[in-house]
Formats: sequence, C-alpha cells, structure tokens
Amino acid sequence: MSTPPRNEWPLWEVFIRSQHGLAHKHVGSLHAADAAGALRNARDVYTRRNEGVSIWVARSSDLHASAPEERAELFDPAADKIYRHPTFFPMPDEVKHL
Amino acid sequence: MSAAVDATAARATSAPVAVDARLADALLQLADSPLVLAQRLCEWIGKGPVLEEELASTNVGLDLLGQARLWLGYAGEVEARTGAPSRDEDALAFHRDQQEFRNVLLVEQPNGDYAMTLARQFWFDHAHRLLLDALTRSRDERIAAIAAKSVKEVAYHVQRVDDWIVRLGDGTDESHARMQRALDALWPYTGELFVDLPADAGLVADGVLPARAALRARWLAEVDAVLATATLTHPDTAFMHAGGREGRHTEHLGHLLAEMQFLPRAYPDARW
Repeated sequence: MSTPPRNEWPLWEVFIRSQHGLAHKHVGSLHAADAAGALRNARDVYTRRNEGVSIWVARSSDLHASAPEERAELFDPAADKIYRHPTFFPMPDEVKHL
Repeated sequence: MSAAVDATAARATSAPVAVDARLADALLQLADSPLVLAQRLCEWIGKGPVLEEELASTNVGLDLLGQARLWLGYAGEVEARTGAPSRDEDALAFHRDQQEFRNVLLVEQPNGDYAMTLARQFWFDHAHRLLLDALTRSRDERIAAIAAKSVKEVAYHVQRVDDWIVRLGDGTDESHARMQRALDALWPYTGELFVDLPADAGLVADGVLPARAALRARWLAEVDAVLATATLTHPDTAFMHAGGREGRHTEHLGHLLAEMQFLPRAYPDARW
C-alpha cells in the first residue's frame, strides 16, 4: 500500500448541470481540501464560461467503477435485444433532452 | 432617471467644468484600485500555490479588470466634457504616470507570500463591497449601474477570501503565524479606504458619492467577525498611511506600472 503524498489535497470529481431540465454531467476533477473548497474550486475552474446552474462534487475515492475486464458479461447481453430500445416510438419534437 | 438628470442639471448651471473635473477624478479613484489590484493578481499567473487557486484568483483579477474598464470608460467621457483631450480606457490605463494614479496604497503593495496576497485581498474586498453597495444608490445613474454590476462579483470575492482567512488562521501554527504577520503588516494601509477627500465633499453632498468614513464601522464589524472565527486579530495601531487617492504613492507602484504599461508605450500601435 502506497500512501499518497501528504502535501497533496484529495481529488474530487465534478458534475455540472448546464441548464434546468438536464442531468448533472461529469466534467472533470480537481484537488481541494474539503467539500466546500471543492465546490468553490469547481465554480472557478469549470463554470467560468457560464456553463452551469448547479454543481455536485464527490470524493474520487468514493466512486466505484465497473471493471473493464467484466465488459463482456455486463454489457454484451444487451446488444441483441433491440426490443428493449425505444426506437419504435416516434418522439414529438417538443420533447427535448430525452 | 429624473433625480440624476436634476443633479446633473444643477451642477451644469453652477460650475460645470470644475464639477466634471472632480467627477472624473473621483471615477479614477474608483477605477484605479481594481485596476492595480488586477495587475497584482496577474503576477501570480504560472506561480500560484495550486492550479485551482491560481485559476480562482485570476478570475478575481479579471472581474476587477472588467470593473476598472467600466469606470475608466466613464471617467474618459466625463473628462472630455471639461474640454480636455479625449482619452479612452486604454489611454487612461496605459498612458498615465504614477502620480496621476488614484488607487489606494493597499492594492499596490507587493504580493509577498500567499498570506500577504490574501491579507491585502481581505482588507480590500470587504471595503470594496461596502463601497460598491453604497454606490448603487448614487444619484449618478451610470455610477449606480456600474456599481450594481460589480457588487455581485465582489460579493463572491468576499466569500472566497473569508474562507481562506479562516482556513489559514485556524490551520497550522505556521499558516496562523504567517496570516497574522500579513494582516499586521498591511493594517496601516486600511485607513485610506475610509478617507473622505475634502475635494470630493461636493460630490458627497450631491449624493453622487457616499461618505466613506461612514462605511468603516460596518467594515470593522465584518472583518472582526471573520478574524474571530479564524483565531486572528488586527493590530490596534492608529497610524494609517494615506495619499494614494491623491496621487502620492509608495515606491511599489512605479515598478508595477513599468510592467503593466511597457507594451502599449513601446508599441503604441500594437494590435491583438
């Protein structure tokens, strides 16, 4: 087990909702000492060009990811079940962000 | 609308040129502090303590630069009404010498370590927000509008710097000692933020400018509350430096301007 260097702040993942009605989207990561600092840094690093209306941050170490080597059993079975895809229904133009 | 027009009309009948000259000077006082502080914050680019903080403090610098541009633009227009040669924001920023600068001495003080940069920001940001808030009620509509736009930005600057003061003051022994040292060193520059220049008394009486002395009690209450949380204090020394807003500067401003003004002076026709 290697311990992280002590002079480095922990890493945070940043999620931004760009407009009302949309979901938060992962935009990147940054370092900060705590959650309040991470939100503030996220505001300055990722919303400088008016990108967001809401920010979420989560410690990178708290995120759990699927393993790339399990891709086959996790995702391949869905590939040939096209009846699960909602492509048979025409969507009205007025319904956005679906 | 009508109030501002009335005030302008009243002044126009009395001594228009003298009043406009004073107003132009008062606008330069509003412009030059954010302009010089923006330049100081720019000096951290490429050397910030961490990338996130560098971006954040540069954002603050850009806010201040944007505010300075608005004040300078208006100052140039008012100055032109006195019959002086017309100067736009660039001419005012890059082609004035240091004795023509009207910024407070606090903002021209060198960056020092990061505690010094934050102490300077802390003393300034709280005063800046109170001043802008008062200026939103100016009888000069243009001043009120520029202040209304700027005060939102500065409210964030205040939040940000307060956060740092608490973190470093209530942090390690080293960060506490450095933060206290920086606050002590810059304290004697805070008095000038609340001086009412005798020459501006007419503009204060007209309701164009607020009385700055009246803002100090609120400022002191604000900074003291943050300092208490941060386990920090401010010195009790009553001696205060002054003179920046009348063009008498410390030795630091000349060096800052030499860097800021070099390019437009060496290459007057330079374009992006």
